Amino acid sequence: MPFVCNFPFFSIVLSMFSGIVSSVLSGKTAKKLSIALLCVNLSLSASVLAYAFGTGESYVYRMGHFPAPWGNEIRAGVLEGVLATFFCTIMLLALAGGLQHIQQEIEETKQNLYFIMVDLLLASLLALIYTNDLFTAYVFVEINTIAACGMIMIRHTGRSYVAAARYMVMSLLGSGLFLISLSTLYGLTGQLLMSPAKEAVAALRAGNLYMEPLTVTVALMTVGLAIKSGLYPFHSWMPETYGYSTASSSAILSSLVSKGYIILLVKIYYRVLGRETIMQGKISNLLFIFGLAGMIMGSLSAIRESDLRRMIAYSSVAQIGYIYMGFGLGTEAGVIASLFHILSHAASKGLLFISATGLSDVSDGGRHFRDLRGAGYRDPVAAAGFTVGAMSMVGLPMFAGFISKLLFATAAVQDPTKMLPTLVCLAVSTVLNTVYFLRTVLTIFTPVNGDGKEKARGLTKGFAFKLSVLCFIVLNVVLGLFSDPIVAALEQGLHMFS
Amino acid sequence: MSRLRSDYSGSGWDKFFRWLHGEYDPFEGELEMKRPEEYAAPPPLDLSKFDLDAAQSKGDDPDHSRQIRRFRRLYKLFSCILCVSISIILLITVANLPHFGDPDAPANNEVPQRYIESGLQETGAVNIVTGMILDYRAFDTFGESTVLFCAACCVLILLRIDDGAKAKAEERDQIYEPQGDVILEQAARILFPMIMLFGVYIVLNGHLSPGGGFSGGAIMGAGLILYLNAFGFQKTQRFFTEKTFRYISLGALLFYCCAKSYSFFTGANQLPSGIPLGTPGAILSSGLIFYLNICVGLVVACTMYAFFVMFRKGGF
Repeated sequence: MPFVCNFPFFSIVLSMFSGIVSSVLSGKTAKKLSIALLCVNLSLSASVLAYAFGTGESYVYRMGHFPAPWGNEIRAGVLEGVLATFFCTIMLLALAGGLQHIQQEIEETKQNLYFIMVDLLLASLLALIYTNDLFTAYVFVEINTIAACGMIMIRHTGRSYVAAARYMVMSLLGSGLFLISLSTLYGLTGQLLMSPAKEAVAALRAGNLYMEPLTVTVALMTVGLAIKSGLYPFHSWMPETYGYSTASSSAILSSLVSKGYIILLVKIYYRVLGRETIMQGKISNLLFIFGLAGMIMGSLSAIRESDLRRMIAYSSVAQIGYIYMGFGLGTEAGVIASLFHILSHAASKGLLFISATGLSDVSDGGRHFRDLRGAGYRDPVAAAGFTVGAMSMVGLPMFAGFISKLLFATAAVQDPTKMLPTLVCLAVSTVLNTVYFLRTVLTIFTPVNGDGKEKARGLTKGFAFKLSVLCFIVLNVVLGLFSDPIVAALEQGLHMFS
Repeated sequence: MSRLRSDYSGSGWDKFFRWLHGEYDPFEGELEMKRPEEYAAPPPLDLSKFDLDAAQSKGDDPDHSRQIRRFRRLYKLFSCILCVSISIILLITVANLPHFGDPDAPANNEVPQRYIESGLQETGAVNIVTGMILDYRAFDTFGESTVLFCAACCVLILLRIDDGAKAKAEERDQIYEPQGDVILEQAARILFPMIMLFGVYIVLNGHLSPGGGFSGGAIMGAGLILYLNAFGFQKTQRFFTEKTFRYISLGALLFYCCAKSYSFFTGANQLPSGIPLGTPGAILSSGLIFYLNICVGLVVACTMYAFFVMFRKGGF
């Protein structure tokens, strides 16, 4: 086995190692360690991606001395490589963009705890991407939930406590349902590793055995992970969680944490339950309907909102709706569109959250629209970032969001019954997106004095913030202009995924 | 040149000067003026006409607002319907699952068979469960210990007091947690060593008899909490401070991380691990499992104790 095959395992263990070591470090050293870890993980994931491209198939990595049905294992291919590389990039940029706020909003003695949470969150996201074992997935879902709660409440304001409590209640409900479904699945198949479990499920289906428990298992698994990722009727924790935590936490939670659960759900559909049965069953129709509802309702709530951060959070509800709608289409093109939207939403939502805090920082920390008037002249970098993010969300050509909308529309055309509702909802949702993002962009570019020359009021942003916004903009444009190789990679990855 | 005027009094200029000195008012007699009315007390409120219910039903007081009451009633109704239907679905599911202990159940396949039949030779642990969680599926268990570590860090984030309020918390703790309870102290004096010894025994024999790091660690943690409650922080500070907590969990988790990474790495690359399994049944046997159990036990004990002190006064 070539040495590069060890890299997925190295990146998970290194993240956990740095999290553990950070507990005795000072805040500053822990910060440096986290950033170094993210850079190392980025290069490790990129090498895994390059290796998987070279061999053209995914490989299984045995965690220990015992083979598949007895020991743990992880599995890496092109899709995993793309996702891991991308997640490390987004996390690095989101952390760099919010460093000033972390130093300002978090007590100095507790800053190392924040970076422990960041490291463990990264470990759990990578493990969710790479794992080939259902119970390992559950363990890392737990780490993910707890670390996310820590990242929300570390700001120590009343609002962030409430947000963390709501997040924890909803998230634990989702974990509980997921755990129940795992135990029934184990009872039915006797397997925890994904590949043998898939064979066992196929045997059950062929023999028409235990069909009711199997259906309930699929439903519980879907609902549990949908609650955790914030699909429309279960979205009530999102605006507070994303609105009142520190900037990096909001960006990381909205662009990565909820996506980790979605990727786990796709993995379970493809590797355990079998794609055909899910896609032909009623589950995909349910996901389709709730996805469409989320697309519309999320945008409507965002229009009513007058707090910038909460508005962006409601826009996330709509975007999660897009992703589930793509799975609900039931075609492979739909799944690829959803996977691409995971990437493009992560890139633009991270940018929006980071630049939104930049805009409120130059307006005396105000987040309300009336405070943000003219903020675009006070901090041009943040305003440029916000505008690019907004254009990508709306779906203007040249930006990431356009490609995902195009892919969704193309995928919808293949299904005659679902085509019309998808296209109508896409159009309506685009118009609604435009309404609230255009209003925001107009507000920040409306001068207060009339001459457009204004001085920043409040915190001035450092180099890391500007660099992070710039990299985010580049990422959005790259996803928008050079999408063909990325879509091809996703397609190839999805083929070797199952 | 303007015309000279003899009648200065009555001219505009004169009127202006007189207005300036307050002797002349141009509006006097011209404008209808009215004295302000004397302040009259408002008529007494006619409470018989006032509809208290109507006013309150518009507010958000749940005791009076009809809308909120209706919402709550509906909320309760739908919660009941939801709970009952989910319970029924889950009960039906459980009734349809393979029966527990059924030899033909799908769960009784080659997986547990190998754990039971060759677990002893492959892991060296007489206790098969320990062999399973610390050798066959050690990655999951590493994840579980990290969950504990992560939860402990979250509790530190939420409850540790680092600023000026520390002295106040100390004071409050001394008021609300009285010390010098003779019965508790005497009982703890007898029980504490036994509890700790029992915990250590369970941890050390984790690979030989039922038990292991998680259960033994929980017993040791409970023993530490009992000691703290009986003798107070002055006594525990002599051997257990925040530094102790940090370095014990750091050391234990790092050892776990490194040891298991070594075994994962050698396993995946099909290299011999080179760790002797020893004679099954001896205390120093089963390779790494013995040491890993100690690590898990230390992490669990420290985490439990840390939870307790954080909830009690926000510091060690």
